[in-house]
Order: sequence, then C-alpha cells, then structure tokens
Amino acid sequence: MSIIFVLIPLLAAFTIIAGGKAKKVALAAAGLNLLLGLGSLFCWKSEVWTLEWSILSKPNIHLATGFYDGMSVVLVILSVIVLFTAVMAGKCPEGRERLWYSSIMLIGAGGLGAFLSTDLFFFYAFHELALIPTFLMIGILGSGERKEAAWKITVYLALGSIVLLAGLLYLVGASESETWLFRDLLAAPIDSESQSGIAILLIVGFGVLISLFPFHSWAAPAYASAPAPVAMLHAGILKKFGLYGLFRLYPAVSEGMQDWLGLLIILLLCNILWVGFVTINQKRLDMMLGNSSVMHMGYIFLAFAALIEAGSFEANPLSKPAAVVLMFAHGISIALLFMLTDTIRRKTGTVELAELGGLAKAAPRLAFLFGLAGMASIGLPGLANFSGEVLVFLSGFNSYEGEGLGCVQVATILALWGVVISAVYMLRAYRHTFQGQAVPHTDSDHVKDFGPFCQIPAAILAVALLVVGFYPNSLLDLLKDDPDPAEATEQASR
Amino acid sequence: MSSYLLEIIVLLAGLILLVFEAFTAPKHKGRLAATCVFVLVLTLILLFFSSAGFGEENEELTRFYAWDPMARFFKGFAIVATILTLFLALDYRKVLSRLTANPDSEDGTGEYYCLLLFACAGIMWMASAKDLVSLFVSLELTTITFYILVAYTRRSVGSLEAGVKYLILGALSTGFLVYGIAWIYGATGTTELDLIGNKIDDSNSGYLLFGLALLLISLAFKVGAVPMHLWIPDVYQGSPTPTTAFLSIGSKAAGFAVAVRVTEPFLASGGDIAAKTTFILAVLCGATVLLGNLAAIPQKNFKRLLAYSSIANAGFILLPLAAWQTAEADLTSKEVIMFYLAIYLSTSFAAFFVLSVIHRNTGSDEISAFEGLAQRQPTLALMTAVIIGALAGLPLTAGFWGKFFAFKSAIAGGLWVPVALAGVGAVAGFYYYFQIIRAMYWRNSLDDSPVKMSTISFYAITILTGLTLVLGFWPQPVLWLFGG
Repeated sequence: MSIIFVLIPLLAAFTIIAGGKAKKVALAAAGLNLLLGLGSLFCWKSEVWTLEWSILSKPNIHLATGFYDGMSVVLVILSVIVLFTAVMAGKCPEGRERLWYSSIMLIGAGGLGAFLSTDLFFFYAFHELALIPTFLMIGILGSGERKEAAWKITVYLALGSIVLLAGLLYLVGASESETWLFRDLLAAPIDSESQSGIAILLIVGFGVLISLFPFHSWAAPAYASAPAPVAMLHAGILKKFGLYGLFRLYPAVSEGMQDWLGLLIILLLCNILWVGFVTINQKRLDMMLGNSSVMHMGYIFLAFAALIEAGSFEANPLSKPAAVVLMFAHGISIALLFMLTDTIRRKTGTVELAELGGLAKAAPRLAFLFGLAGMASIGLPGLANFSGEVLVFLSGFNSYEGEGLGCVQVATILALWGVVISAVYMLRAYRHTFQGQAVPHTDSDHVKDFGPFCQIPAAILAVALLVVGFYPNSLLDLLKDDPDPAEATEQASR
Repeated sequence: MSSYLLEIIVLLAGLILLVFEAFTAPKHKGRLAATCVFVLVLTLILLFFSSAGFGEENEELTRFYAWDPMARFFKGFAIVATILTLFLALDYRKVLSRLTANPDSEDGTGEYYCLLLFACAGIMWMASAKDLVSLFVSLELTTITFYILVAYTRRSVGSLEAGVKYLILGALSTGFLVYGIAWIYGATGTTELDLIGNKIDDSNSGYLLFGLALLLISLAFKVGAVPMHLWIPDVYQGSPTPTTAFLSIGSKAAGFAVAVRVTEPFLASGGDIAAKTTFILAVLCGATVLLGNLAAIPQKNFKRLLAYSSIANAGFILLPLAAWQTAEADLTSKEVIMFYLAIYLSTSFAAFFVLSVIHRNTGSDEISAFEGLAQRQPTLALMTAVIIGALAGLPLTAGFWGKFFAFKSAIAGGLWVPVALAGVGAVAGFYYYFQIIRAMYWRNSLDDSPVKMSTISFYAITILTGLTLVLGFWPQPVLWLFGG
C-alpha cells in the first residue's frame, strides 16, 4: 500500500507533462501525500502498508515498499512536509510550469520511493530517478552560474552514484542472501574481507551524495543556483538518502566499517570545522546556507562514527535516534532557510550580504521566520535541531567509561566548536540582512512583507521545528523499540 | 517441428516472394510485406513448438548446429526484429519508392521486403552456428544482404555513399574473419568451437590468440565496437531508416550471438588465454563505451546520434562479455547479454519509429526537427520522452535494467576500469539524450501544424513505449524468453 506515496506524485508528474494544470495538480498531489503521511503516523506498523511483489526471479528482486522501521517513518514525514512546501515555494518562470512542477513531483516521488523501499534495487533506483530532474532543473531553470553548477553536481553525484552502485552490487554479490530484500540482506553474513571493501565503497558513494569532505564542493554552488524548490528538496530530502542508506545498510557491514572509523572521523571533522570556517567566509546568503548544510552533515556522520565505534545499534542505542532526529531537523530548517532566501532574492534582487541590510523594518514576518530558522540551524534549545545535536553529542560519549578519551570522544569535543561556528556565521548573516540601516532596495517603499501564499509553507515548516523542538519524543517514540525485521528473521530461523 | 526447418521456411518464403514480386502490380507491393510478416509470425509461433529435431546420430548437424536457449532466443529476436523492420518499411515506403523508382508508384519497394527475409534467415542461422565454417557462411548471407539494403535507395547520394563504405569495410572485416579462422584451424586442427576449448595448451596458445584477435576485429565491425566503429555514423545516416534500424538492432544482436559463441571456449578455458581474452575484451569495451558516449554529445542529427548511441550500447553489452560470469545462481553473462538486447530491441525500434514519423512530417532527421513537438503532437512527445529516458537508462524504465545488469556482472568480474569508464559514459548519455527532450518541450517550432502519425507507427510506438514502462517495473517476462 505504501507505494501510493510514490504513485501519487508520479502520476501527477505524468498528468502535468501530458498537459494538466500544473500548479493545481502538483499542489493536490503533494497535499494528499502530506495528509496520508501524517495519517500513517498512527498506523505505520499496520500490515496494510507492506507491499512485496516479486518482479524478477533471477536475481531475486522485489518491488517491495513499506515502513521498514521508525527511521523510514520519520524520513517519509520529512519528505511529505518538504515536498508540500516546495510546491508552494519559489516562483516559476512564465511558460515553464510543466518542467517546474513535474520535476518537483518526480524528485518527491524518487525521494519517497527511496525511503519506503525495502528492497535494495528500488532503494537505489528511486534515488536515481530523483537526481535526474534535479540536474535538469538546475541546468535549465537555475540562476547565476547555472551551467557550471549543473555540470558540477551532475558529475559529482553521477560518479558518486556509480561508486555507490558498485558498493551495493558488491554487497549483494558477497552476501549469501537469497533475495535483495533488506530483511534478508541485512541478516545474511558477509565475510570480513569483503565487508571492508564494501564499507569504503559505501562511505565514498553515499559520502559524495551527502557532501562528505572532500567530495562536498558541488553542494554550495548547486544550491545557490538551483531554483528554490529544488534546493529545498535536495538539501531537505535527497541528501538524507545517503545518511539513511548508511544507517540502513550498517548491520550488513558492521565489522568492515570499523576499518574506516579513523578516516571517517577525520573527514567528518573537516566537514564541521574546515567547511565551518569556509562558511563564515561566505559573502552571499545562498552560498553560506549551502555550505552550512554541508557542515551540518558532519554532526550526523559523528553519530554514525559513534555507532561504528560501538559496533551495533544495541551497543549505542542513542546513535540512530540522534542521527534521525537531526536529519529531520536539518531537513526542515534548511528547507525553510532556502525558501526564505529565495523570497529575499525575489524581493530585493540580491543575496549579497554586503548589499542587504535593514530588511526587518520592511518585512518583519520574513525577518522573524528567518531568525527562527537561523536559530534552529545554530541549535537553540526549543527548536528541533537542538534535540538532534544534543543527542548526537550524547551518543558520542555513550560508550565512555571514564578512562581516557577515545577518538570518537575527542571528535565530539572538537565538533562542539561547530556550534560556535554556526552561531558566528548565522548571526552575522542575520545582522547583515535584517538589521542596521535599510538601503534603497530593502526599505519599505521597495519591499513588501511576504503574502499568505508564502506564509503557509513557511509556517508549516516553522511549526514542525517547534513541535519537535519542544517535544522530541514525537519522533523518538517512533524510533523506540525498533522491531528490526532483519533480526526478527534471524531469530526466527534459529 | 525440427529447429533447422525454421530457417528453411524463412529462406524459401524469401525466394518464392522474390519471384512473385516480378508479377505484382506496383500498387500492391504492400501485400508482399504483409505476406512476409505473415510468414514470420508463423515462424515465430512454430519456434515455440520446435525441438532440435535431430539426435546425436546425425553427426553433421550436431557438429554445425546448436539448439539451446541462446539459439532459441536469438532466432526469436531475429524474427521479431524483422517483423518490426517490415512495419517500419511499410511506414517508410513512400520515401523508399521516391528514392528508387517512379515517385507515384511503389514500383521499387517490393524487393526490399523480400531481402529482409534473407537477412533474417542469416541471423537465425548465426544464432545456431557453432562451427566456424557455418558461422562464416551465415554471417556472409546476412552481410551481403545488408550491402543491398544499405544502398537500396539508389537516387539518394547518401545511401550510395553509405553502401560503398559498408561494402569496403565489410569486405575488409570478412577478410579478417577468414584469416582468423585459418589461424585457429591451423592451431587446433578443427573448426568446431566445442572442440577448440579442449585443444588449448601452451604450445598453440600464441597462434590461437592471434587468430582470436583477428576474429574479434571482424566481430567488432559487426557489433560496431571500437576500433571498427568508424563506418557506423556515416552508414547509419545514409541508409534508409528501416535498414538503419535493422542494422543497429538485428545485425548487432547477431554479432553478439556470434561473439559469445566464439569467445566462450577461450573465456571458459581458464588459465592464461582466458585472462588475455578478458583483457582484450575489456580494452575494447572501455574504449567503445567511452568513445560512443562522448562522441554522441556534439551530434545535431538524430539518426547520427542513434548511431553513436548504438556504438555506446555495444560497449555496454561488451561489459558482461568481458566479465564472463557463469554462476547459475545469478544471471550469467550470456543471460545479461540477451536481457540487454531484448530491452535494446524495444527501445531502439521505438526510437526509429519516432524518427520515421518525424522524417515524414518535416523531411529532416535533425534534432531541431523535434522542436515544438510538445505542442504539435503531445502524445507522441510524451511517448518519445519515455523512450529517450529508457535509452538513457532512466530508472524504472526498461533501459535501466539492461545497464544495471551489465554493471552488475562487470563488478562481479572485477573489471573496475571499464566499469568506471562505462559510468562516465552513462552520465554523458543523459546529457545527449536529453537534448531531444529539450528540443521537444522547451523550444518552439516556426511550423506549428500538427504532426501526423500513420496507424502503423502509432500502434508500434504505443506498444513499444508501453513495453518499456511495464518492463521497467516488471522485467520478469524478459527472463522467460530464455527460460529463466
């Protein structure tokens, strides 16, 4: 049944290409998905959602979707929220409605499909499906240096996908599993030599998709020149695919990952500190946000490193919830920030920090929401990112027993400085944009506060940040007592 | 029903129809095509009910003629490809007659249909050929027929030029083939491929390898692999569209059927010579996949683009051949090749049908002829978008599975360098295929009269597009074709 999440936007995309009313169809489809998503919160454990349909007998591949565990549910909720707001965000150029809205629908369908797939093949295929319209949108409808940005993201992500494909196929080849279903695949043993090779292919492959240092340089220019909904969808949803994949496939290669722990920690610290300093130095709002999104991926990798060090989900029960909550929080907050940045660009015609200032007077609601999202991104208590970051830092020290700091603990202590870095660049950006003296193109004669059609999606995202911020259990309850289907199968076979 | 009778039926039908052609009135030439289709459909049905039809006691046939899932698959492939080519030729007959005889009659089109049957019989025989001699004979039957088919529209300079190029290079490659066969026979004393595998040892492996290299050069010509790919763009562009389609699909598949049969004994022999064969194939594959895809990027003509895409696809199909996987639990390399070709058949033919529609309406094969198609014929534009997506390997279309399995067996075989090159190629593929989509949806044409589709092309494109989408979600039927 859960395939319906994919089919709705997919059909909407076809309808739009075939000549339907683009915006209405897209809005209806995304709205329906949002309602279904929120509804599924209450019954996601029900069998109704599970679909398993054998489509190929050799190799044994299924079209299988369903809520594999709480992590899938959270990411599906994130996707439907971001998808709905992305449809309302941005301004479609005249005459390009078909491309604009059908791409949004396809990206959404791909992202949702990837999070819902319980079969390795479709897990990969759906994500690929989402990447292609992303490239097209940046290349055709982007702004600024769109061609260069589109080429860069295409080359990086396509090569990343190939490395990932190699890793996944290696995994399938080395595993003794009879099917490609996660529940069989993750329970089947893999010899330790192959595990190590698979692990590095997965880290690099997924790493490129998540913008792990040093494969991150595609991200900021791509987000800066992408149309607002694409930046929101990619940073909000698709980038989480890589992290989701690492956590999902971790049980299959838990031993192999140990070999690369040191490397991963160095890279994630580069993500947080190096890219953090790069972010401080940005002169444009959109580039700054793009870099900050790269930087924040480092925290989630930190949770993953803590998981690797512990060796299993049971040994470090905090790491997965921490990562998932932060994925959700980051997805929502970055989507909101990109949306508001696009609004600023359209209202004032610029996103150069030096050319902005005093916008709060002319657009107080915009300023408030941007401030809220910025604070969330820094990690202010009461907003979703805080819950996520705290959990990540706690998970880093989960296995600490009071004697000598391990490498993950040292990394955690260093990563804490990232919060300070975030505060520096975010507050500076806020001050440059909204406070101080208004310049001609930001004063109230020239700029109007944003209207209701922009407020609705922004409000939805802001509410999501507050709800999870004040009551993180709303997500953590979903992640608690995860019935891991792979282990259930393993125990049953014993 | 004995298997070898199938080729005989097709061949005889071709001969008889060729005689009848002389007595058919110009306006009724289309009936010949209909009869050809009828005979082929009949043969296809018989194919499902046929068995080998001879036992061990028939030594001659046992030596020459293979009857296994692969032979059956490629026979069916040849028949289906010929049927589709016939439909395409029917659709294209106005152009054919204009460029051969009196423009107002169909006088010059009759032989075209019959010739296709000969090529088909040749490919069917090739699918079963397991002796270098019968392989050579069947290959020549096909190639010589193609010399005529390529240069068929004799009033078109492009077609004549293509004919000359194909003839000269074809003859050259035949030379390589015969020379290679001679070396292999000299080294092993046999032309039977089954026996060659057993006769490989240190003393003759050098000669064998030289012979194999010559054979591979000739086969590279057939399938359009680097370094024998230079003829492809010119010949494809100059030939009448049905010939191009048949050349790029039927002839390529036949080339791969033969390539699998010829390389199998070497690849399966293990040891030094297997490693060297793999190396040669991997080099061919990497070069082909990279060159085909990169050279396609600057193309402005759709037919030429399809030519480069055909080179690129040859490269992708070489991946599983070079990797040579035989584990039964998974798709073997042979099966991957058949899988890929089956999908390639449906997507490629759909593309050629689209090309023929566009050509009839605009008189041009350029990509610019697709401009504004979204306004002029939205249904066709949507179907073309799906087909192009499948050619590029868009996930959830049939095209993705072919590339996916090609990569899968290459990774299982540890061919990391060709895999990386093929990855680059696949990425480049998206770029050049999407030029078509861009032209259709984001460019406007000066001419906004509606594009007309004939009934044949409408049904052909619809069915093939539907197939592409259905197989994208449910590829199992392809597996049934070779008994999976």
